Amino acid sequence: MATAAPTIPKKVDAQTAELYRSWLRQMILIRRFEEKTGEAYSLGQIGGFCHLYIGQEAVAVGSIAALRHDDVLTCSYRDHGHALARGMSARGIMAELFGKATGCTKGKGGSMHLFDASKGFLGGHGIVGAHIPITTGLAFAIKYKKGDQVAVCYFGEAAVNNGAFHEALNMAALWKLPAIFICENNRYGMGTALERASAIYDISERACSYDMANEVVDGQDLLAMKAAMDRAVTRGRKESLPTLLEVRTYRFMGHSMSDPIHGHYRTKEEVEEQRKRDPIALWGDQLKAAKLIDDAGIKAMEEDVMAEVMDSLKFAEESPDPDPSELWTDVYAGSN
Amino acid sequence: MALLTYRDALNQALAEEMRRDPSVFLMGEEVGVYQGAYKVSRGLLEEFGPMRVVDTPITELGFAGVGVGAASLGLRPIIEFMTWNFALLAIDQIVNHAAKMRYMSGGQVSCPMVFRGPGGAALQLASQHSQAFESYYAHIPGLKVLAPATPADAKGMLKAAIRDDDPVIFIEGEMLYNTKGEVPEGEHIVPIGKADLKREGTDVTIVCHSKTVTPALKAAEALAAENISAEVLDLRSIRPLDTEALFRSAAKTHRVVVAEEGWAFAGVGAQVVDEIQREVFDELDAPVVRVTGADVPMPYNKHLEKAAKADAPKIVAACKKVLYV
Repeated sequence: MATAAPTIPKKVDAQTAELYRSWLRQMILIRRFEEKTGEAYSLGQIGGFCHLYIGQEAVAVGSIAALRHDDVLTCSYRDHGHALARGMSARGIMAELFGKATGCTKGKGGSMHLFDASKGFLGGHGIVGAHIPITTGLAFAIKYKKGDQVAVCYFGEAAVNNGAFHEALNMAALWKLPAIFICENNRYGMGTALERASAIYDISERACSYDMANEVVDGQDLLAMKAAMDRAVTRGRKESLPTLLEVRTYRFMGHSMSDPIHGHYRTKEEVEEQRKRDPIALWGDQLKAAKLIDDAGIKAMEEDVMAEVMDSLKFAEESPDPDPSELWTDVYAGSN
Repeated sequence: MALLTYRDALNQALAEEMRRDPSVFLMGEEVGVYQGAYKVSRGLLEEFGPMRVVDTPITELGFAGVGVGAASLGLRPIIEFMTWNFALLAIDQIVNHAAKMRYMSGGQVSCPMVFRGPGGAALQLASQHSQAFESYYAHIPGLKVLAPATPADAKGMLKAAIRDDDPVIFIEGEMLYNTKGEVPEGEHIVPIGKADLKREGTDVTIVCHSKTVTPALKAAEALAAENISAEVLDLRSIRPLDTEALFRSAAKTHRVVVAEEGWAFAGVGAQVVDEIQREVFDELDAPVVRVTGADVPMPYNKHLEKAAKADAPKIVAACKKVLYV
């Protein structure tokens, strides 16, 4: 770890307190949204592949909290949490999962391809590692246009073994681009443990190959995530230099909805042990200890979130399917 | 008009478009300091600087992805592959990303970009450097595929490709770079999706594109000596395909030969034949015959290589077959 874990200061102004509580709400929103997503999937209301983010919420919320509205980001197919953290509406995302016309990509992308260009949210990508060079390209475009935004890429630890990762990091460092590569190391690429796939354990060390700044971050600790991301964002914005963050986290659910929570590749005991470091509980406890929220406040927050999630479900259920003519639109410019 | 090589016509298109639009940039291996592996980008680094003429490491997947990302933010990248054989390393970025970005984002994100470089066989470069990949990319909705045969088309089609709002696959002929032809100066745009009659005729249509245009014209010349009038239709654009021009010519000559450098199986000619049989079947006086590369990896030996290539004598023989002479 680069620095000691940050803690909530003794004195917090009202605005910061509100911000802290909003992060808790975002994490709870992702959790409850994903739980309902799982239920809807089991009921056959959501099709295709569906990868839940439960357990990793502090990574998306803590890192996106460090961004500006004009920064851009991409992520893998495990993208619901990032989309919610970026402020995309629960309605638009749930409707997309249901394949409806009101979804964020009009029912054309589904779970793995969430997009909202107005928020700089450039996908939801389904090929492991392939969006890493695309993000280097986003950072290239920022530098080309002499902007001071950063381009952020989220991917799992399994992606670091493919060529796209290395090609992308090499060019980002070679050309001094404002890219932030966030490796969400949740220990398993589907059912293959990190140790069975990677010749080195510390993924952050791979940045040394490209003389790139890097950190290992506790991904269950929201403030640690936010602080590390602040450093990376400053490096990108002020110095136009890339960063690799290896964020250690854990996926509490299976790889996808067709994968049991534990199976041949990890034990029930291991999952239970990891669940003791639930990022939502950890942040909630910190807020309570700092007297920034109490149990009643959390209960009210939970109810408020649940209302939003149920509203998104109702919206998705009641929304129409895309018009059949939509099949042929958006293939080429002008095909709409 | 000026007499230019195919190489210089491409160079002119690049320079003119980069002067016109600051969002256009060129990226690839050896495009800058080295002036291009085939000298297509000669002088561009000096005029536009290293931010717009970007030398890359040998990392086709990587820089194709950089192009996709840059295009997603509104730039107009021209990604040069030293040859299309090397682009196989980047085909994930082209097929899974560039071609699908607009659709899977529900129309929010587009990839206005050009992937370009030489394709097809040159001389004795053997299996891994002698492949025509038009049909690979033409298979993919979301992509456009162009393959110019002459210097004038090379310039006009590249300018159109750079201005297009979709990803365009631009396959140049490695053996065409030194060929010369008259090229209009300045604003010369060849619209995408328009075939070109390179020679008019009445007895048989030879459909061709890129490097098979020259042997098709030679074949037409040889047939003329035997009082057979062959029409040579250069597709220029593989996707979208100019089916109107195809049907018009087929309805005129009633006999069609399709020549291409690539392999026969699921090749460009297979699509041409399908369109013709479905729409103008009654106009045909003979089954359409195809001339393609031999269905083998390209051999090194020059006699074997010649035997593998679609050439004028093979096109003449095919024309005689559909004419039953």
